[in-house]
Amino acid sequence: MRSSPADEHVTVVLPSALMRLFPGCEREPAICATSVREMVDALDRRWPGIRDRLCDSTPRVRLHINIFVEGERAALETPLPPGAEVVIMTAISGG
Amino acid sequence: MATRVLVLLGTKKGAFTLESDAARRSWSLRGPFCETWPMNHVIADPASGTIYAGGGNEWFGAAVWKSADLGRTWTHSSDGLAYEAGEDAISSVWSLASRNGQLYAGVQPAGLFVSDDHGQTWAQVAGLREHPTRPKWQPGGAGLILHSIVPHPADPDQMWIGISAAGVFHTADGGRTWEPRNSGTRCDFLPEAERYPEFGQCVHCLVMAPDQPDRLYQQNHCGMYRSEDGGQHWESIEAGLPSSFGFPAVTHPRDPSTLYLLPLNGDIAGRYVPEGKAAVWRTRDGGARWEAMRNGLPQENAFFGVLRQAMAADRLDPAGVYAGTNTGTLFASADEGESWTSIAQHLPPILSVETLVIDA
Repeated sequence: MRSSPADEHVTVVLPSALMRLFPGCEREPAICATSVREMVDALDRRWPGIRDRLCDSTPRVRLHINIFVEGERAALETPLPPGAEVVIMTAISGG
Repeated sequence: MATRVLVLLGTKKGAFTLESDAARRSWSLRGPFCETWPMNHVIADPASGTIYAGGGNEWFGAAVWKSADLGRTWTHSSDGLAYEAGEDAISSVWSLASRNGQLYAGVQPAGLFVSDDHGQTWAQVAGLREHPTRPKWQPGGAGLILHSIVPHPADPDQMWIGISAAGVFHTADGGRTWEPRNSGTRCDFLPEAERYPEFGQCVHCLVMAPDQPDRLYQQNHCGMYRSEDGGQHWESIEAGLPSSFGFPAVTHPRDPSTLYLLPLNGDIAGRYVPEGKAAVWRTRDGGARWEAMRNGLPQENAFFGVLRQAMAADRLDPAGVYAGTNTGTLFASADEGESWTSIAQHLPPILSVETLVIDA
């Protein structure tokens, strides 16, 4: 198993609408991950089911979920530099 | 013994409950639940009283929500509620049904899932998705949806489902194999020589008569039908009704010959109640004769419809009947449809109506 040095941690900012679905969920968890995919997997281990809310089974980031890495829209393959800030936001949608 | 009567609503903005006693005169509304996710179908397991709500949210996808305390607290899960990687993802849960501790979910795009642990985890009933006709299934106006799940009450291997627009399918081996059951139902949207295909019908709602599992009724995009042989043959029962188009069909809790429909003016005529006058239509003889139940329903300037899962009956005697409109009004009758009152207004568009009677 790969080591998890502290400098591989990223800070993830979760949207409040997502937090309401997972009682006890932290707003800004520190996650050890080197890609968005790893980050989603790590979030799902801490709060089981959260992957399904962020990604569909294709698999890809849901159409109306935006994941920004250092201000740029990201996909599952996007690498995460150590110490990065990842902001997850709900996009414009609904009806 | 105090009886609690609950009406469960799925709406475009969450689930709601209305509660009354056996008299069903005054009602209290609670909701919206489920974080205002669109909820296509809200049901209760009559044995446990657990409420399940199936839907899909534009941001967070499809899930089945669950409440074991009549709506006060909720959890949700979509664990296993997914197709293989590379296939189109499930966008919403459309229909739910419970049978002897098992919970079934019909989804969009059309497929069937089952849960043996009360909605915590799900597995696909793969035989339906592998049906050789599936590549030719066509989406209806609401998409390619599995919207009707009708389990046999005694035989766990038998079930009927309805897909718009693939038609009715039946399994006699627990879901491994399925056969189309559409003989006699027509497709007015096909050329005249092709109007009675083996599959491809736009079934809107499929229901089973109480204690008579061979008798099925369906509201179709193109007509209303009854079958006396588990769907192997269908006979039109639309004569005497104001149109051949509508969405819901509701059986009586005890009488297999009573059926309630709510015909609309037509598929490309606006899809509201004919002439702007609302009526629930009732037959007491399996569809030979129909009567319009209008007492208490608006008889002018009514331009609403009632969607396929938005009408239901309770199990009391006399039976209560409930119809939720796509304009957010819930009409209720406590006398088998003879008279109606509005018991909720100004709700979001109502997508489903079901009932739960608790003998406390």
